[in-house]
Amino acid sequence: MSETLITPEVIAQHQLSTSEYQKILSLLGREPTLTELGIFGVMWSEHCSYKSSRIHLKKLPTESKRVLQGPGENAGIVDIGDGMAIAFKIESHNHPSFIEPFQGAATGVGGILRDIFTMGARPIAVMDSIRFGRLDDEATGARNRRLLEGVVSGIAHYGNCFGVPTVGGECVFEESYDGNPLVNVFALGVFHHDEVFYGKASGVGNPVIYVGAKTGRDGIHGASMASAEFTESSKRKRPNVQVGDPFTEKLLLEACLEAMRTGAIVGIQDMGAAGLTSSTCEMGSRAGTGVEIELSLVPQREAGMTPYEMMLSESQERMLLVAERGREDVVFSVFKKWGLDAVEIGRVTADGMLRVKQNGIVFAEIPNRALADEAPKYDRPRTRPLRPAPLDRPTILRGTWGADLKMLLASGDVCSKRWIYEQYDHQVRTNTVAGPGAEAAVVRIKETNTSIAMSLDGNGRYCALDPREGTKLLVAECCRNLSTVGALPIATTNNLNFGNPERPEIMAQIVESIEGLADACRFFDVPVTGGNVSLYNETLGTPIFPTPVVGIVGTLPTSLPIGISFPKVGLRVVLLGGLGTADARELGGTQYAKVVQNSLWGVPPRLDMEYEKRVQAAIRELVRGGLVASAHDLSKGGLAVALAESGFGPENIGADVKLDSDLPPELLLFHEGPSRILVSTPNPEEVFRLANANGVHAIEIGVTLKARVTISNRGEVLLDERVDELKGLWNNALEHLLHNSVAV
Amino acid sequence: MKIGVVVFPGSNCDHDAWHAFAETLRQDTVFLWHDSASLQGADLIVLPGGFSYGDYLRCGAIAKFSPMMGAVKKFAQEGGLVLGICNGFQILTEAGLLPGALVRNVGLKFVCKTVPLEVATTNSPFTHRAVKGQTLALPVAHGEGCYIANEQVLDELEAEDRVAFRYRENPNGSMRNIAGVLNRERNVMGLMPHPERAADPLMGGTDGLTILESALHAGVAVSRA
Repeated sequence: MSETLITPEVIAQHQLSTSEYQKILSLLGREPTLTELGIFGVMWSEHCSYKSSRIHLKKLPTESKRVLQGPGENAGIVDIGDGMAIAFKIESHNHPSFIEPFQGAATGVGGILRDIFTMGARPIAVMDSIRFGRLDDEATGARNRRLLEGVVSGIAHYGNCFGVPTVGGECVFEESYDGNPLVNVFALGVFHHDEVFYGKASGVGNPVIYVGAKTGRDGIHGASMASAEFTESSKRKRPNVQVGDPFTEKLLLEACLEAMRTGAIVGIQDMGAAGLTSSTCEMGSRAGTGVEIELSLVPQREAGMTPYEMMLSESQERMLLVAERGREDVVFSVFKKWGLDAVEIGRVTADGMLRVKQNGIVFAEIPNRALADEAPKYDRPRTRPLRPAPLDRPTILRGTWGADLKMLLASGDVCSKRWIYEQYDHQVRTNTVAGPGAEAAVVRIKETNTSIAMSLDGNGRYCALDPREGTKLLVAECCRNLSTVGALPIATTNNLNFGNPERPEIMAQIVESIEGLADACRFFDVPVTGGNVSLYNETLGTPIFPTPVVGIVGTLPTSLPIGISFPKVGLRVVLLGGLGTADARELGGTQYAKVVQNSLWGVPPRLDMEYEKRVQAAIRELVRGGLVASAHDLSKGGLAVALAESGFGPENIGADVKLDSDLPPELLLFHEGPSRILVSTPNPEEVFRLANANGVHAIEIGVTLKARVTISNRGEVLLDERVDELKGLWNNALEHLLHNSVAV
Repeated sequence: MKIGVVVFPGSNCDHDAWHAFAETLRQDTVFLWHDSASLQGADLIVLPGGFSYGDYLRCGAIAKFSPMMGAVKKFAQEGGLVLGICNGFQILTEAGLLPGALVRNVGLKFVCKTVPLEVATTNSPFTHRAVKGQTLALPVAHGEGCYIANEQVLDELEAEDRVAFRYRENPNGSMRNIAGVLNRERNVMGLMPHPERAADPLMGGTDGLTILESALHAGVAVSRA
């Protein structure tokens, strides 16, 4: 073992602290080799070990009758009945997407898809949650537009070619993401209960097989490793962002699923972060076994790679599997059919060690448990959450309500995301019952009469004002979205995007948010089956808004979907849940505050979870019973935006709405209080009856009519607008913003 | 009728085509592997959408060298019915079974949406159940769907009534709004829109069935040009 000397600088470059290095010394009983240090550096990184968040993530509810697999595997698994199950998870690719938006986002999609099919499930849906700085900012706008274009084409490139529909998501623009965009990708797959595979290296003596793309020097160990000491052998400086090949991934998918059906595979795991390292030690650790590999057998794209480089490479589209000894050939022949490499590179051993050799020489020998399970855990100090805004509102500048509504509809967060989703194939596999732009995406499962609904939501503004309440509101909103299409929410995945956890005021945000997530997920009975934590999202000391992103899935009987838009004139418009209440402070996190007042203050809207649950029960009954003609939940931009959007169907059917409320107009029109759903119906009595039965308010507020949206309160007309004009603004705003022209 | 759906490495609408024919239309439908030259007795060959061979080189350029395409070519020359959808259309032009070429959309972006199409001819095994001039709403999903050919070829296609479909709202810049064409013998058709995606009310429409069902009842006489 002749490698570079381990010095304090080398240790620091691997982002290991002095105490962490001491722990390594005591676990090994000797000094590590450079390869070993690299392996520890990656496995004990925040990304792989969750060392700052782990003790808090334990607070999340993870069980229910439906949960077949909770956190800890490549993806969570939930029963959907009829012997079928779904696997789903969300992952972030924030930092790579900032450096190289196209490949960063593309490989983000590739990584999460592998997490799904490594479990044996065929991916049937992707959603993405993306956040950028402001598109029209003078200083940063050009870069933000380039990032948006790159990320969207990267997601499209990978998902479209792989053949998975991108069925929904969200896109937000906010100054807070100027120096740190967020790219979170959710994927969901489906399989039978008896088709589930786990990442376990079971059976001493079984062959360890490498399949998929060849290993190169791409993606090795972030920027910290580009220093002179380590480049003697690697000569050229390589870009640290990996390059994805969705065609290879598609072949890998088909080959893996086919190989799984042969019954010859014992365990399988994708090579994600630090590919060979994480797959070998995690599979060994889960099974309580050892794994020994010989690196000279690994298919390689370039010559002269060191063990260090090979163990830390993040080349894409690779998997590690353990087969039953004696049946390797069955596996090899499947991969050969699909034109992919499949090579036995090692075997499962009894000694619990990860042993890495190159040409017979041992370069690393570490207990698997030390890497996967003995990673440090920190209870980092925390104070009160960082609060980037005042509590009380500034002077409200009153404009005219119609003009305010137009500003909102043409703003980046509220406007149609058509420019984005038309670049995504959202229909391939012919399961998409409701796609992008719907309240929630709905994908049917062809083998059963069940469909899966899914919703992805984040709100950095709410969470900046109050991480705990903000996170609860996200869970409530996702569950409401699902209920509004008639689905029963069943399970959650989450992506926690925060700043530097070593800052106590950021750590406080993280803990409050996790506790809010735990409370709400327990209350709505949507256990968390997995997720991802992305920390250190800061540029030049400025952290992003705390941005947990929540993805919730639900089930419903397969049937024609209910839409957002009013289908015809003469329907009665009912607000299920009532007008809600709000005060001036609760307006501070809304889109109205952001877009019209150009400000942030106060607290998020108030959530009564008991009431919310009853509203959701009521809308589910109404939708499943076919008692409403359209349903749209009130969220960004409140009642006025929801009413306008309900008019954006093909026929431009608007509504004449007459309210009777004490609330001042800006609150009445634009507050974002939860637990409210706008429905149209020929039969309001049925809506009232079911609302009553569930103990929730429902008020009739108007009637649908051709071409106009009007809202008045106690006889005073607040706004009166043409639907086609509003629709045009809303529909084309993103293109206008991208081309740097003014939309209003 | 027996339908064969060809599977190239990278095909990703193969299951969708299979589902439409096998499940929705209850036909005997098999997958045909690219590496084989056996059509398994199929009466209608479908080249599905996707990214065959990763669309490396050019869309459809590598697929034409596969053993399966050799067999499909022979089958077509003998009068067999061949339907190419999206990437399948690209393969048919690369293989020389249809004239013209499909290049990058004028907007330079992938586009996925439902577009209205004009049925430009009913004189074909794939459109005889439609009405001339009828509008069908079908989804498109492609990055390279802009149909081009030289003027002489375009004139010839029109003169011989071989333009099968035209876009009413052109999503990709195709010359003369062409969305689908026939070969001279009218037994081979390629189109960029996806009829198999519009074969179930749950997917938002069933206009694609007009095309698929026409092919199933292709025994109806078609006058050869």
